[in-house]
Amino acid sequence: MREIDVKTISETVARLCIDANIHLPDDVKNAIGRCRECEDGKIACGILDNIIENYKIADSQDMPICQDTGMACVFIEIGQDVHLTGGNLYDAVNEGVRVGYRDGYLRKSVVKDPVRRGNTGDNTPAMIYTDIVDGENIRITVAPKGFGSENMSAIRMFKPSAGIEGIKDFIIETVENAGPNPCPPMVIGVGIGGTFDKAALLAKKALLRPLGSHNDDEYYAELETEMLEKINDLGIGPQGFGGRTTALGLNIETLPTHIAGMPCAININCHVTRHNTEVI
Amino acid sequence: MTKKITLPLTEELAKTLKAGDSVLLTGTIYTSRDAGHKRMCEALARGEKLPFDPTDATIYYVGPTPAKPGKIIGSAGPTTSGRMDAYAPTLMSVGARGMIGKGARLPEVIEAMKKYSGVYFGAIGGAGALLSECIKSCELIAYEDLGAEALRKLYVEDMPLVVIIDSEGNNLYESGRSDYLKNRSKE
Repeated sequence: MREIDVKTISETVARLCIDANIHLPDDVKNAIGRCRECEDGKIACGILDNIIENYKIADSQDMPICQDTGMACVFIEIGQDVHLTGGNLYDAVNEGVRVGYRDGYLRKSVVKDPVRRGNTGDNTPAMIYTDIVDGENIRITVAPKGFGSENMSAIRMFKPSAGIEGIKDFIIETVENAGPNPCPPMVIGVGIGGTFDKAALLAKKALLRPLGSHNDDEYYAELETEMLEKINDLGIGPQGFGGRTTALGLNIETLPTHIAGMPCAININCHVTRHNTEVI
Repeated sequence: MTKKITLPLTEELAKTLKAGDSVLLTGTIYTSRDAGHKRMCEALARGEKLPFDPTDATIYYVGPTPAKPGKIIGSAGPTTSGRMDAYAPTLMSVGARGMIGKGARLPEVIEAMKKYSGVYFGAIGGAGALLSECIKSCELIAYEDLGAEALRKLYVEDMPLVVIIDSEGNNLYESGRSDYLKNRSKE
């Protein structure tokens, strides 16, 4: 049994909120670079150059990459041999978000009620996901999620007879429908299986997997490659002005599901696919 | 070729801009997004004046991050314009001619743009750090309680934009994509 004070969690979350919003992960930078090399659109090359310049300015001036510093999505893997002390875990995470968004000069983009609105003023509450795992460590990932892209996401409960073709069509339809709105080039997370809610969570977790990596199952790895190629044949291009680079990557995650169903969720993200992780 | 333009966005200037033009924009613009637009249109409905003179004005759909000490503004890229579609025709009807944002617009907005000689400019979504460098002054003028959504007056120099929809209704989102696919099929 290892004791961990929740204060450590608050401090870690605060640091991760700031770092994730300022420094784009290397896998995303590399994917943008690779796409720039094979881009053949007229306006597109200039847009990708500006996107590269933007993350360099953010890095060098400690400035948020994008003004939508997002809802703080916090994924916590807690070793089952950990005993948390000093307070409540969820309160500690929210305190971390509060401090990180204040001290990092990040935008407060959360309203307290979905219909009646009203900014909470400190970007809380965070969206918190916990998994209990083996061991005595805590692994925390903060993934600030912007809503220009979140708004273009979709979920559908397929009949099993729709098969893989149904899923392929749904992915293309969702990207077509998103068009220029989610700030392409996009990153696409696909969750297939589980229940209605688990499919959506899988799609969100798929966005955390490094770009350029593939699903361990060869069937889905091939589907990732095929769908990314098809999306980049649509011609939407950077910012929707026409070009090859509509998406930087597409990751698929799956779960077993019920004999009667085949849920599929698609979570759209932009070229500012931010996430940062620390292990306590 | 990049066109350098200076605001205000008169009808004469607006008509020289065509979908697909790259521009460097200099002048005074006003920031507003969801909650600010709602409030401005409610004020107009009550017969009140807007917090700024809308004649030939340009509105930037942005909610910036807070300025760090010693800085003019934080990260300041565009938000998705479609959420302002419900309000944009009303604002054009009182004179606001320019809009800066990103993403698709509804047909009724494009019709209003044709009627009032409006121009819809695109700034690069997700390039908030880059765009903040063009902002030379920032003054909060109304709706302070809305935080990031408050109304601000900005002076920008050489802000890099692309004309997405022009005053004749030509739309780069349609032509840019179809031109790209046409050229590619020729190769």
